[in-house]
Amino acid sequence: MNRIQSLAAGWLFAAALIMQGCSKEEPPKPAPKAEAPPQETVVKIGVASPLTGPQAHIGIDIKNGVQLAVDDANAAGITIDGKKIKLELVAEDDEANPTKAATVAQKLVDAKVVAVVGHFNSGASIPASKIYSDAGIPQISPSSTNPKYTQQGFKTTFRVVANDDQQGPVDGKFALEKLKAKNIAVIDDSTAYGQGLADTFEATVKAGGAKVAAREHTTDKDTDFKAILTKIKGKKPDLIFFGGIDPQAGPMIKQMGELGIKAKFMGGDGIQTPNFIKLAGDAAAEGAMASMPGLPKDQMPGGMKFLEKFKAKFNADVELFAPMGYDAVFVFIEAMKRAKSTDPAKFLAEVAKTDYKGVIGPIAFDDKGDLKNGPVTVYAVKGGKWDTMEVVTPGGAPEAKPADAPAAAEPAKAAEPAKK
Amino acid sequence: MQTAPAGAVLLWTDGSGMDIFLQQIINGLVLGSIYALVALGYTMVYGILGLINFAHGDLVMVGALVALTVLQAFFGSTLPVPLAIACATLAAMLVCMALGVTMERVAYRPLRRAPRLAPLITAIGVSILLQYSAALVWSKQYISLPEILKPEQFTVAGATFTDLQVFIFLLACGLMAALLWFIKHTRLGKAMRATEQNADVAGLMGIDINRIVAFTFLLGSALGAVAGVMVVLYYGLGHYYMGFMLGLKAFTAAVLGGIGKVHGAMLGGLLLGLIESLASGYIGDLTGGVLGSNYRDVFAFLVLVVVLVFRPSGLIGERSGERA
Repeated sequence: MNRIQSLAAGWLFAAALIMQGCSKEEPPKPAPKAEAPPQETVVKIGVASPLTGPQAHIGIDIKNGVQLAVDDANAAGITIDGKKIKLELVAEDDEANPTKAATVAQKLVDAKVVAVVGHFNSGASIPASKIYSDAGIPQISPSSTNPKYTQQGFKTTFRVVANDDQQGPVDGKFALEKLKAKNIAVIDDSTAYGQGLADTFEATVKAGGAKVAAREHTTDKDTDFKAILTKIKGKKPDLIFFGGIDPQAGPMIKQMGELGIKAKFMGGDGIQTPNFIKLAGDAAAEGAMASMPGLPKDQMPGGMKFLEKFKAKFNADVELFAPMGYDAVFVFIEAMKRAKSTDPAKFLAEVAKTDYKGVIGPIAFDDKGDLKNGPVTVYAVKGGKWDTMEVVTPGGAPEAKPADAPAAAEPAKAAEPAKK
Repeated sequence: MQTAPAGAVLLWTDGSGMDIFLQQIINGLVLGSIYALVALGYTMVYGILGLINFAHGDLVMVGALVALTVLQAFFGSTLPVPLAIACATLAAMLVCMALGVTMERVAYRPLRRAPRLAPLITAIGVSILLQYSAALVWSKQYISLPEILKPEQFTVAGATFTDLQVFIFLLACGLMAALLWFIKHTRLGKAMRATEQNADVAGLMGIDINRIVAFTFLLGSALGAVAGVMVVLYYGLGHYYMGFMLGLKAFTAAVLGGIGKVHGAMLGGLLLGLIESLASGYIGDLTGGVLGSNYRDVFAFLVLVVVLVFRPSGLIGERSGERA
């Protein structure tokens, strides 16, 4: 009897192991290849983002944006050097984990993708970029803002958003000039993105003469911030700045309310999502501010149309970076067209020379791969929705005309924000 | 509690004051009551079977997610909130009790006479099974509690706390008192104690060991389910992996207090909550900014190591030769 029971236990354990292994994989569903007419060549584009886990809503949003682009491009028909091309999307889940990101990058390289849109987190894009660079595959991140991503000396790293060397100072200046904050507490989530953004913000406000009352750290898995917030409460700050993503920021601002902390709350692009408001609750989220690289979606040249198309196809609102993912695909297609080749070795150089007018605005890269003249917008939560407060464009003429919404501001170097 | 006096000295010079200290204490006590409830499950099972049920934290997670689902279903209906929460708790308890008893019957009972390692590994296996089954049912996303609670705040001596915190703390204390009374004053409780002391002799005395063990799992799971509901109400979030860290901390709390003793689990839980809260608040000041509040887990486990070095059977554990 004992042997049978232990055998059964052993099988149960093995079954558990197998289940664990199975549920970790995301079997990509490739579009049927052989159906295409013989002249059509299939070209694979990879997208890597967290498709599961607390940040999945943002990762899936990016994947959907890329999917929409692939479908639109295929529907319009792509011809490169006289040959018809069909794009196929290979989507991988990096779980916002730096180690998994490297594994996923290798997987995509082995799947022979010609280009990658990804990853979402800076902490994932940076380790993955080495693998793409070694394979010579161009990588456009729709969202990673840590400056290190493009400073590694790789020719394959690009991004279609401003980086934290711009975003941090925008936040800092906003805090100093518009919020007139003098006593600021800074928290980060110990990731490459969160810590980097918090550091640049802190440097900016310190240089501006404000006092940083506390600098605290949490992780990107935590949900209990009462101890940190209680400590901060004792320093009586006017502003709390959080470098991190909405699964932490939502509970954090909620607990701020529960502890009776009266300070204002500000964060970076990681919290500027509808999900943040959902997690915090309308009451607690009211008045929270966040910066986001890129124009407000309704001011983007292709913004409104994109929002409608996205909603129609996926029955969901755009979460954060879907338009950036969308444009990244077309940047690749344009580069392939100019180079007259789908071979990464040949069209990589053309990616660097991109001059494309996308949904998000004009896209051109500097010598490192950063977006030229990337704007940064500051938003605030009003009545359960993110409202535009100010758009800051570093150098260059303002592109988009201001929307007629009363809360929107003109995009200019020193914009006049709508007062709260 | 070494950190408290040192913290107290610092905060007078620091200027943050007694109110912040009091606040951290309150935070710690609430956190600690949750740890204590979960630790009870660990300690009761260890006391009776000598087994560390690694799957207990994940059982709490299942309870939490079941409660979340029920509360989401009731959201928008006319049911008054306390009733909805009671229903959710009941549902969570039923599911957890069923799971706990099944776990015991299928995974642990056959291994009762096996070498110690076998049920331990099985427990890890069950833990993984529960986690990924939960991921299949509820997906890996964070699930948030609909806004049904609007906790009222009170401020006493500068420390702000909510009625929800008071409720959690009192409920936990009440449950622990009820458990102690049950173990001490009922026949079933006496049978549990007897089985704990020596299962074979208790069997000779006419106690049905299988039933007592199943009942222990039932009780531990029920308490775990309540803890899960508390976590959901307090943090407003649940996801498939939340049981891992919670279970680890609760197990640490049980060991800290003295594993196998119900008093130990309660003491250990509250203590661990307090240590974590105070460490989080004061580590930065104590180390002059070298270590930040993200080291609080390190601090908590460090305290565990130190206590075990000097008192291997925990703070109020007895030095017993046979049990490791």
